[in-house]
Amino acid sequence: MFQGYLLSLTIWVPIAFGIAVLAIGNDRAPAPTRWTALVGAVLGFLVCLPLWSGFQPTAEMQFTEMGSWIPRFNVNYHLGVDGISMPLILLNSLMTVLVVIAHWEVVTEKVGQYLAAFLIMSGLINGTFAALDAILFYVFFEAMLIPMFLIIGVWGGPNRVYAAVKFFLYTLLGSLLMLAAFIYLYWQTNGSFEILDFHEVALGFTPQVLIFLAMFMSFAVKVPMWPVHTWLPDAHVEAPTGGSVILAAITLKIGGYGFLRFNLPIAPDASHYLAGFMITLSLIAVVYIGLVALVQADMKKLIAYSSIAHMGFVTLGFFIFTADGMLGGIVQMISHGFISAALFLCVGVLYDRVHSRQIADYGGVANTMPVFAAFFVLFAMANTGLPGTSGFVGEFLVILGTMKVSFWMTFLAATTLITGAAYTLWMIKRVVYGEVGNARVAKLHDVGAREMTFLVILAAAVLALGVYPKPLSDVVNPTIHKLLAHVQQSKVQ
Amino acid sequence: MTTATFSFATIAPALPEIVLLVLAAALLVADLFLRGAPEQRHATYGLTQAALAVVAAVTLGQMGDPSEVTLHGMYVSDLLGQVLKVATVLTVMGTLAMGRQYLQLRGLLTGEFLSLALFGTLGMMVMISAHHFLTLYLGLELMALSQYAMVALERDSARATEAAMKYFVLGALASGLLLYGMSMIYGATGSLELTRVADAVSNGESHAMLGVFGLVFVVSGIAFKLGAAPFHMWIPDVYHGAATPTTLYIGAAPKLAALGFVLRLLAYGLQGMTTDWQQMLVVLAVCSLLVGNVVAIAQSNLKRMLAYSTIAHMGFLALGIIAGDDTGYGAALFYAISYALMTLGSFGAILLLSRAGFEAENIDDFRGLNQKSKWFAFMMLIVMFSLAGIPPTVGFFAKLVVLQAVLDAGYTWLVVLAVLLSVVGAFYYLRIVRLMYMEAPAGEITVDPHPGTQWVLSIAGVLTLVFGILPAPLLNLCVRAIAASM
Repeated sequence: MFQGYLLSLTIWVPIAFGIAVLAIGNDRAPAPTRWTALVGAVLGFLVCLPLWSGFQPTAEMQFTEMGSWIPRFNVNYHLGVDGISMPLILLNSLMTVLVVIAHWEVVTEKVGQYLAAFLIMSGLINGTFAALDAILFYVFFEAMLIPMFLIIGVWGGPNRVYAAVKFFLYTLLGSLLMLAAFIYLYWQTNGSFEILDFHEVALGFTPQVLIFLAMFMSFAVKVPMWPVHTWLPDAHVEAPTGGSVILAAITLKIGGYGFLRFNLPIAPDASHYLAGFMITLSLIAVVYIGLVALVQADMKKLIAYSSIAHMGFVTLGFFIFTADGMLGGIVQMISHGFISAALFLCVGVLYDRVHSRQIADYGGVANTMPVFAAFFVLFAMANTGLPGTSGFVGEFLVILGTMKVSFWMTFLAATTLITGAAYTLWMIKRVVYGEVGNARVAKLHDVGAREMTFLVILAAAVLALGVYPKPLSDVVNPTIHKLLAHVQQSKVQ
Repeated sequence: MTTATFSFATIAPALPEIVLLVLAAALLVADLFLRGAPEQRHATYGLTQAALAVVAAVTLGQMGDPSEVTLHGMYVSDLLGQVLKVATVLTVMGTLAMGRQYLQLRGLLTGEFLSLALFGTLGMMVMISAHHFLTLYLGLELMALSQYAMVALERDSARATEAAMKYFVLGALASGLLLYGMSMIYGATGSLELTRVADAVSNGESHAMLGVFGLVFVVSGIAFKLGAAPFHMWIPDVYHGAATPTTLYIGAAPKLAALGFVLRLLAYGLQGMTTDWQQMLVVLAVCSLLVGNVVAIAQSNLKRMLAYSTIAHMGFLALGIIAGDDTGYGAALFYAISYALMTLGSFGAILLLSRAGFEAENIDDFRGLNQKSKWFAFMMLIVMFSLAGIPPTVGFFAKLVVLQAVLDAGYTWLVVLAVLLSVVGAFYYLRIVRLMYMEAPAGEITVDPHPGTQWVLSIAGVLTLVFGILPAPLLNLCVRAIAASM
């Protein structure tokens, strides 16, 4: 019955519940607010499930919806998903549920606004992934900044305001240039904002390079790629746990998604021309940021830098133009979504008890929180790319794909296996193992049912994707092959 | 020329202006009898709003009538004029409703203020519908003189008096420039009527050199009235010095009238010289965007910050006109209407937080508003993001359509510049949001309990959001108005 409106539902159900939560929000009796938010998040996730079950393994846009929005400029409410965007919508909706569960006993101030921000953002992110009209995409893409700005700035750590403003302005600068590129393409396609029309339109080499760079500004900030990554550690560290989870698990992926949806197909010649540049930046992220992560004293900062390094793998996989690399990049995006979310939630669990993110404030957590420690170590292992976890699949595929292109590139990329293991395991050693570090650690109590819920869900996801990634790759592969074939053809006439 | 005949049909198109004039004059008289007890001031206020409502209704009733030039070419009635007039009158109504409490607490809600507001509105309507240099000038002066007096009305305030003085002297200078330019164009083309000026210019019957000289003066005069840099110096002082409702009155509705003025004069009358005035407007737009966005950062007074923000927005408005085609004019019209809406919202918030003996005009006064009132903090949030041009608000679409038109006209570098400066602009709008949501209140915050302020502010905020999600109807109206009138 809702078959024709599934994508709209994934967007508007969370937003509608977000508005409802905002309306009933009450700090003195927060229970109804919280339950409504949970119902909204779960419903939002449930309406995504038919997307997975009903997905045809082809490269075509599916579940499309089309409505006129601004006829004067031929802007349409055009939605649809392919093998790249569908898994990301699913990931996002799942994360929203986890974030709502995770906030439960932790956030006590302005609960309604907090939950509403997450629900509305969840809908907006789904819209970003589902939009097939450039202006629609842009509206969702930008509107997302508002709730995120508030989440970081209102519920974040001590330096939250600085981080929020930095996050906002960085992202805004990039996206406005992309908007200019969209308008240019509108005139080139004789008045269409359809992203799929953008894919087909012939463009000269110089315009392609300029369009590529304009969009690069926007998506590179989101990914984030070195050297425009500096907002991320600040934003992550200062954001509340839920904010970090959504930032790491979802919003970074929008950058990667943007490259696949916009840069590569719209400017294929420029993509090839600038591939060396992109690969260099990616490798710098992998190698240099990996080293930076090594010296962090703050757990969240460490995971933030680790995210940048992992996203470097994603962009590397995209710009070597092999099927393995691209599949690896996408799997890495999904996997990193689970792992980074899990790690941030783990830090959140510790932070809620001890109110410190400093590695030095912990030690021997395994003694007092054995169950938690088991999960934390599992996710840390996944982060280092241990076979059997989802982290392995993506990294392995990217390395495999890179090997076909260049040995030295592969060599540099593979250093992550060492640095990644080093920074993650060293953190684990100092936090989880050893003697009980101090009195506060000695008083810790292990995770409760609520915390178990999200840890178990994420652990299951990480292991499932690591052991049997085929369902995901079946969904993604047709789209990748189509995209690669498209990118091989020159648009210059 | 036809012989002068008088029939109702010839003046019927000017009915809104006639009705407003009659009602404003009647109000002046009625106010003499209503003077005295405080509740009678409410009567004057009610009559003023009723008069404006009647004018809006009459104008709405005219919509759909075919375009008509009447009164011997002095006056034009068309869809563009009607759209602008309805928007102007509604904006003035909103302004008065919002400012009522503030004015009353300061003893400014007098018959003088209200009738000046009505006469100013009449001036704006005449500007919008003018089809002749003299009518244009007449409307402009009627509006400007009313505004000078409104600023000066707060006699006890040295700041307001200084602002009025500055405004008057500089305004008179600008009027002089404008008149001088018009006289030169008259010399060059031999006519003051816009259609004939347009014909003379496009048929090459005009004296080109003299025409361009006249154009320089005319554009300078317009830039002054719009508040575009480098003719912007009066704006911060007047915005800051005037009582907030007066600032709102000067800042919102006259921008609509000024756009009408520009469209009539440049886009229609001097369309043969488009390439000339385009170059001048490019300079104005670039200066305005630079000055407005950059200097606004340094302001700690909200009214001054909004003044610089106005300058930046006028730069954007000029961009739409630079495009020089119907798309651009439609974009500028959409921009102006959105801007009036956002101005109501932003100044409305200042009025909302002001109380007897306290002006909430410093940015710090907005600290922690979210803790006091979630709803109004949210409204202000929407308006601020709209001014910054972030979707899903109307400010985004206003910027989008303007940029689209400019890019089509081939000014890619202007688009990039405008985009970069928008990021600078976002910084100071964000500062307000930041203070409202992320800081604890510095002192006591009170929200004006007066329903007028609250309602108009809420309506402005909600409309900002609604037009941001569904911009198509308003956009279509703007495009149709331009198509029917240009």
